[in-house]
Amino acid sequence: MSLDKTMVQRVSQLARIEIEETQLETTARELNNILEWIEQLNEVDTEGVEPMASVTGHELPKRDDDVTDGGYPDKVLKNAPDRESDFFAVPKVVE
Amino acid sequence: MKALIEGQTGTWEIVIGLEVHAQVSSESKLFSGASTAFGAKPNTQVSLIDAAMPGMLPVINQHCVRQAIKTGLGINATVNLKSVFDRKNYFYPDLPQGYQISQYKHPIIGEGTLTIVSEEGEKEIGIERIHLEQDAGKSMHDQHPSKSFIDLNRSGVALMEIVSKPDMRSAGEAAAYIRKLRSIMRYLGTCDGNMQEGSLRCDVNVSVRKIGEELGTRCEIKNVNSIRFVQQAIDYESRRQVELLETGDSIDQETRLFDASTGQTRSMRSKEEAHDYRYFPDPDLLPLEFSQNYVDEIKAELPELPDHKRDRFIAEFGLSAEDADTLVEEKATAEFYEELSNGRDKKLAANWVITELFGALNKSGIGLRESKVDAHNLGSLIDLISDGTISGRIAKDVFGEIFESGGSANSIVERKGLRQISDSGQLTDLIDAVLSENQDKVTEFREGKDKLFGFFVGQVMKRSQGQANPKLVNELLKEKLAG
Amino acid sequence: MSNILELNLADLQKAISDKHLSAKEITEAYLQAIEQNSQSNCFISITEEKAIQMAEESDKRIERGEGLALDGIPIGVKDLFCTSGVSTTAGSNMLSNFVPQYESTVTEQLWRDGAIMLGKCNMDEFAMGSANTTSYFGSVENPWTTRAKSEKKLVPGGSSGGSAAAVSGGLAVAATGSDTGGSIRQPASFCGIVGMKPTYGRCSRWGMVAFASSLDQAGPLTRTVRDAAILLKSMAGYDPKDSTSANVSVPNFELALNGDIRGLRVGVPREYKREGTPPEIENLWQKGIDILRKAGAVISDVSLPHTKYALPTYYIIAPAEASSNLARYDGVRYGLRAQQTELQDMYQRTRDEGFGDEVKRRILIGTYVLSAGYYDAYYLKAQRVRALIKQDFDNVFENVDVLLTPTAPSEAFAIGENDDDPIKMYLNDIFTVPTSLAGLPAISIPGSLSNKGLPLGLQVVGKMFDEESVLKVGDVLESGVEFTLQEVGKQ
Repeated sequence: MSLDKTMVQRVSQLARIEIEETQLETTARELNNILEWIEQLNEVDTEGVEPMASVTGHELPKRDDDVTDGGYPDKVLKNAPDRESDFFAVPKVVE
Repeated sequence: MKALIEGQTGTWEIVIGLEVHAQVSSESKLFSGASTAFGAKPNTQVSLIDAAMPGMLPVINQHCVRQAIKTGLGINATVNLKSVFDRKNYFYPDLPQGYQISQYKHPIIGEGTLTIVSEEGEKEIGIERIHLEQDAGKSMHDQHPSKSFIDLNRSGVALMEIVSKPDMRSAGEAAAYIRKLRSIMRYLGTCDGNMQEGSLRCDVNVSVRKIGEELGTRCEIKNVNSIRFVQQAIDYESRRQVELLETGDSIDQETRLFDASTGQTRSMRSKEEAHDYRYFPDPDLLPLEFSQNYVDEIKAELPELPDHKRDRFIAEFGLSAEDADTLVEEKATAEFYEELSNGRDKKLAANWVITELFGALNKSGIGLRESKVDAHNLGSLIDLISDGTISGRIAKDVFGEIFESGGSANSIVERKGLRQISDSGQLTDLIDAVLSENQDKVTEFREGKDKLFGFFVGQVMKRSQGQANPKLVNELLKEKLAG
Repeated sequence: MSNILELNLADLQKAISDKHLSAKEITEAYLQAIEQNSQSNCFISITEEKAIQMAEESDKRIERGEGLALDGIPIGVKDLFCTSGVSTTAGSNMLSNFVPQYESTVTEQLWRDGAIMLGKCNMDEFAMGSANTTSYFGSVENPWTTRAKSEKKLVPGGSSGGSAAAVSGGLAVAATGSDTGGSIRQPASFCGIVGMKPTYGRCSRWGMVAFASSLDQAGPLTRTVRDAAILLKSMAGYDPKDSTSANVSVPNFELALNGDIRGLRVGVPREYKREGTPPEIENLWQKGIDILRKAGAVISDVSLPHTKYALPTYYIIAPAEASSNLARYDGVRYGLRAQQTELQDMYQRTRDEGFGDEVKRRILIGTYVLSAGYYDAYYLKAQRVRALIKQDFDNVFENVDVLLTPTAPSEAFAIGENDDDPIKMYLNDIFTVPTSLAGLPAISIPGSLSNKGLPLGLQVVGKMFDEESVLKVGDVLESGVEFTLQEVGKQ
């Protein structure tokens, strides 16, 4: 098993996805099944192969420095689950 | 300027590296067309992209790319013709995407250097890299008892993260580094350097070690927003670390906060336990590429930078190194001085700027821009001194008036009749009056009490209300007394 | 007009321009069909009022002689295209209350050309699935359940399951879909319709809820190749708001459908002949080869040696990108929020309640393969293999113009089948994923019926931005196989 309970817990914490203690074992097994299947990639010789992030052949397009957007707080806040005047509100953050 | 700490067990050296987050001067954001102007109402300068609405995509602002290249050229750094935008993944309420678009393995700017001047002379500070990234929004924790408020106006604003090497050894050097960096960016117009508005923030990495030993464990003090605080934070943090080490404790590598009210640093309570940012190339963007030609064009348009200007002021204008340093630190001052000194006595102009103008500005606590003094009215004042229309002493009064109420030197001098008296007839009358009132002193002088000459000059100046041409007064007095 | 619902898009265009049918008549017929077939669950929301209003506007334009290309054409929109003022859920509880204040570029262009929105089509949650069974809004019934008299309800495929079932079942004449690893082509195959994934970069991704950014691509689901060509023309085009959108001109795809494939070189990749592939699929494939050969194409055996690694590569890259793309669903600015007093609890509860199992599974996998210490072994490795897969295609396309393969390894299966085994479900995309990784255009054409009477599809793959050859070959196949949709609109 490449992924143990501790690692599952760590990953779930990083992803902010709660996994109940009782489910950790099952989740680990499930993920390991997938990972084992994925690991057949190790058979492939990739020595000297450049990693490919995109199939796109063109250059990164660049825009001019003009103000063309914004100015619509109501649109931005329209779907806010909690709104205080023109702010989004969340449970208080302690630093 | 090495500041060593004498401890119980020996002498400790402080090692400082800085990560400066400089807001790129631009009209719109790095990946969206929303405005970057400071001080707008909450969430008014937010595009759907900045709010990370589903399906929104980034498009890069080419001006920001240009600004980063300029800054890199300003510190003689390598410009990477190909760089990559990565996603830095973490959760925070003011980080709408759940990741920050930044540059990790392949930044736009590589290694460079910056020269600072300290008491020990010049010192080179290495710069590791500069990368472009998005700013987060702003969280306010003090508006409500149980809620934090989020304003996304800053979300997506372009930042340059400028990472130094751990080359600084004192709070003073750190301060000099920030000032110099800010000065260069202001010359370039790539960052306004306004720390009150958050355009320049620092993460300060501090560690201590016995001289000659390996680097110690460092602590990172996050988001310090003034040069004075940076110095205080380094002073406090280095002493804290020495105390811990000397009592046998070890330093935890951690992120700390600086509390301006106490001048202390403290461990951050809530920061994510283990950071794992899971950087990977942003699939919504492509590698950022440009040609060497493009870089060369930008290079050709660079303005004169402070180091060069300083050398020129010394070599061509004959200014002292100290005066030159003072004049070039702020771009606005240097420009003011250059305009002022054009066609005038360079040293006289430098003296007026450094002594009188800076003195008055410091005293009144305002900046050059807000002051009523400009190169035109100060220049004409200097001209009146140079051509003998007014004396240096009168000039100071006239300057005071200009500083308070503005106006031109000429009209003040005319209106108040401050023109220097250089007419020998008028001056002879004044001298005669003084001598006849002080017959006894004249006798004493003639008997050999030479020191009294100054007294007669003073009396004549007083009687002329300072307007008498002191050079002529001297000459005429000498003749009369020799009488 | 006999039955409006039986007419395909091109037929409707003609009927409209001949003034045999009004936009409103057509739209009302479809709205009625949707209402009568609500049990199929093809739509998450039905935009009846909007549809009628759009149809009336179409009719006014037509009356003025200013009719647009798609005036009067009622379509379904996969529920991950953000539609201004209309709920957009991406099949997730997370966005069950989300109403975008903006319109995706693809739908914007469709409305620009006069198309009418019937509603938002059901889909696998965040487009993650191959059976439409991961939708928070329930599974969708494949209309072939009735047609083939299946005892069990059959899946329509996924993730564009609602779109495919609606088009096949006569609840929309066409629909938009999105394809990340086969999400248009596989459901098209399962539902006996045409589904096309264009070249990556052909259609703008702006306003399309992201699953895996380097793979996601919008495309049409239609009943004929011609309809796909017509709809794609409207959906495609350069968008300066999408940095990955290609600044290439959009041809009139319909003109490519001239039936002339003489001398066209067709490659048959031997790695797609897998053990365990049902003989009926093998037979269909051979039938396709025969049709093309007969029409004058030159058939050759070709090799794509890294084919078997495409699926595992995809299951690193897609979840990695998804784990990051779905981080924005944090309960702060929109979507679901679980009420909690602590911020960290709010995040966790929100994402726990908001996401379904498959989405969570992929987020966890994606988070893991990007995390420190595993990045090189998984993510970087996958990117390198992806380069090799792309290279395979580049090599092959030096000698052939298109490739012909089956679309999916099976016919439609019953709802609930394969749900317990993620890998088995993932294998549905075995023939479609390689082209997604390479960014190539591909189309699925219904070819024949299986022994159970269920449709099977053939896939034609082309070179980057050569949708024209893909459509042309698809059109020839379509004429050759003589496949017809049965009893459209009579479920």
